[in-house]
Amino acid sequence: MKFNTGNGLRRIVFTLGATAGLLVATGAQAKDTVELGFIGPLTGGVSSMGLGGRNSAELAVKLRNADPDSKYHYELVALDDECKPNVGVQVATKMATDRKVIGTIAHYCSAVAMGTVDVYHRFGLPMTVWGAVLPDITYGNDYPEITRVNGTMINQNEKAAQFMTGLGYKTFAIIHDTTDYGKGHNKYLSQFLAQDGAEVVGTFGVTSDQQDFTAELTQVKALNPDVVVYAGLTPGGVRVRQQMEKLGIEAVFEGVSGIKSDAFFEGLGGDLAEGTVTFLEGAPAEKLPGGAYFLKEYNAAGYDSPPEAYGPFAFAAMDLLIDAVEASGPDRKAVVDYMSKVKEHDSITGPITFDDHGQNTVALITAYVAQGGKWVVWEDSDYAKGTLSLVAPK
Amino acid sequence: MDLGLIAQYLANGILLGTMYALVAVGFTLFFGVLDVIKFSHGDVLMLGTFIGFTAWLGLEAIGIVNPWIQLAGVLLCSLAGTALIGAAIANWLILPLKKAPQLNTLLITLMLGTAIREAVRLFYPNGSNPKAFPALLPDASVEIGSFALRADSVILVVSGLGLIGLLNLVINRTRLGLAIRAVAQDEETARTMGINYTLVVLATFAIGSGVAAFAGIMNGLYYNEINFGMGLILGLIGFSAAIIGGLGNLYGAILGGFLFAGLQVIGAALLPFASAYKDVFAFAVVIALMAWKPTGLIPERSSDRV
Repeated sequence: MKFNTGNGLRRIVFTLGATAGLLVATGAQAKDTVELGFIGPLTGGVSSMGLGGRNSAELAVKLRNADPDSKYHYELVALDDECKPNVGVQVATKMATDRKVIGTIAHYCSAVAMGTVDVYHRFGLPMTVWGAVLPDITYGNDYPEITRVNGTMINQNEKAAQFMTGLGYKTFAIIHDTTDYGKGHNKYLSQFLAQDGAEVVGTFGVTSDQQDFTAELTQVKALNPDVVVYAGLTPGGVRVRQQMEKLGIEAVFEGVSGIKSDAFFEGLGGDLAEGTVTFLEGAPAEKLPGGAYFLKEYNAAGYDSPPEAYGPFAFAAMDLLIDAVEASGPDRKAVVDYMSKVKEHDSITGPITFDDHGQNTVALITAYVAQGGKWVVWEDSDYAKGTLSLVAPK
Repeated sequence: MDLGLIAQYLANGILLGTMYALVAVGFTLFFGVLDVIKFSHGDVLMLGTFIGFTAWLGLEAIGIVNPWIQLAGVLLCSLAGTALIGAAIANWLILPLKKAPQLNTLLITLMLGTAIREAVRLFYPNGSNPKAFPALLPDASVEIGSFALRADSVILVVSGLGLIGLLNLVINRTRLGLAIRAVAQDEETARTMGINYTLVVLATFAIGSGVAAFAGIMNGLYYNEINFGMGLILGLIGFSAAIIGGLGNLYGAILGGFLFAGLQVIGAALLPFASAYKDVFAFAVVIALMAWKPTGLIPERSSDRV
């Protein structure tokens, strides 16, 4: 029998291993402990996303530990990347150099993931992305260690362009932050909008922590587009929407996955958020194949913050990682091998199939609209039914 | 470019300039009386804004909804609270270090700023997320062509400039102002003339911090959004504005504030390259100006003191 614990236990004689194996086989309590990692922004402007992801990953671990059939006892090591690339590289290194950690799921912020993939590769630590959407994280390298359960911004923007042009909007002004995340969204959205026959009348790069957008928005106002797009994260999205109002810009406000958070409403108040359109990979938790189960368990666990948009992906990623350890043992190399062969793997977000870059090929994208202080799936909203309407195309 | 657009840029610039000038005034006051750079100024501003925000939450909770009463309450709590904090910082952190090298003061206030920022982020309920600051001013607006002039912006600029004017009066026309100027010019002589040195320093820090809190509330009312990091960039810009204007000179700070806002607007509106570089442009011009006039555009009058 294969029994690689990957830690000091490796040296223990066969008899002990056999005894442990016997204990596992009989479902006794003395299981080996396997440490699995979680990295995400637990503090800072987008910490709500990180905390939701962390809780969801923790939930996956808890549920598995409660399962008498599991071969190991799992422990979650959660580290904070603060959504900053420099901090991310530090904590990724810390995680990767800890030989007790067999695998990790990591990163909501694309800029951070771009900086850390090399670290995981160098130390051979299997890492599954649970939130970051920049295509290059999986497609920009050939690292077998890196996989991703959520879709990329390519899928997201393809849908976004189709959806908005489908509603009759023709002219777009794009304000994007100058991180890899914002620039990537700008690139793909512009590309797909052009394909769908719409025009991007202005593109503005802004720093991700910029407070004042009035100079950019004044230009936007002069360009008079149908839609103002902000490609960035919630804090910037809140400010752009606020300041559009100050300058009297009449246009639809469209965001990207980065603004689909409850914090968007906390920052804006309900009235201004109303009618904001955004897109996200997957579907809302309750509409996912395993969503009802996930939400039931999440609520039962009594976390004080919501799972947020990427919680289900964090849960699915962690669950997949645990499955990998269950199937191939607590060994980094074996887990990497397992990940390279994942096909139609059952998860709460639907079946997971990794392509040769470790990218999940499922490209389910959902459009959301802000209605009555929360994000509503477009098809279920009063906007789709026609009782409410967005700012009309000019 | 049409006139409405130019007017819009001008209005944006004036509002930003007023805000920057209010922050810069604090830096220049502190430097004037004590020759210290207080790097925590921006974060004290942020703390003041959060005090105001908390006061608003409190007023909402006890059922006072009249926006003008709320505004008065918010301003009172924020300004008074921040003035007290400013004086406390001066009393316990800056005055005791008076005999130490100036670098120590700089370092200790830098660390204090970080501590305040992190404390708000960690201990304020949900402090890491942006907060929706209430719009307490009338939001009526006049559309002139493509130019939207909003009542709240006008009120903010007028009251901001009014506060700067009032401060100018206090410094130049009152006994307290005379004492502040005396201490700024020569501490020893001022002491022998019977001026209560400690009291004057504390008053100066209280005034400077209160003015910054006003800028913070103004920021909140204008953007309707506050966050724990807002003081960082405002502090940096306020500091740069004070330096290019001429550290230690009140008019210099005002000039510096408007100059910086102007540079940012020009950077975003007129330069051919992406607006992402507007801060690069503004700070680069500041560097060039400092190389050209190391003591600032309007040097402190007593800068030759030994």
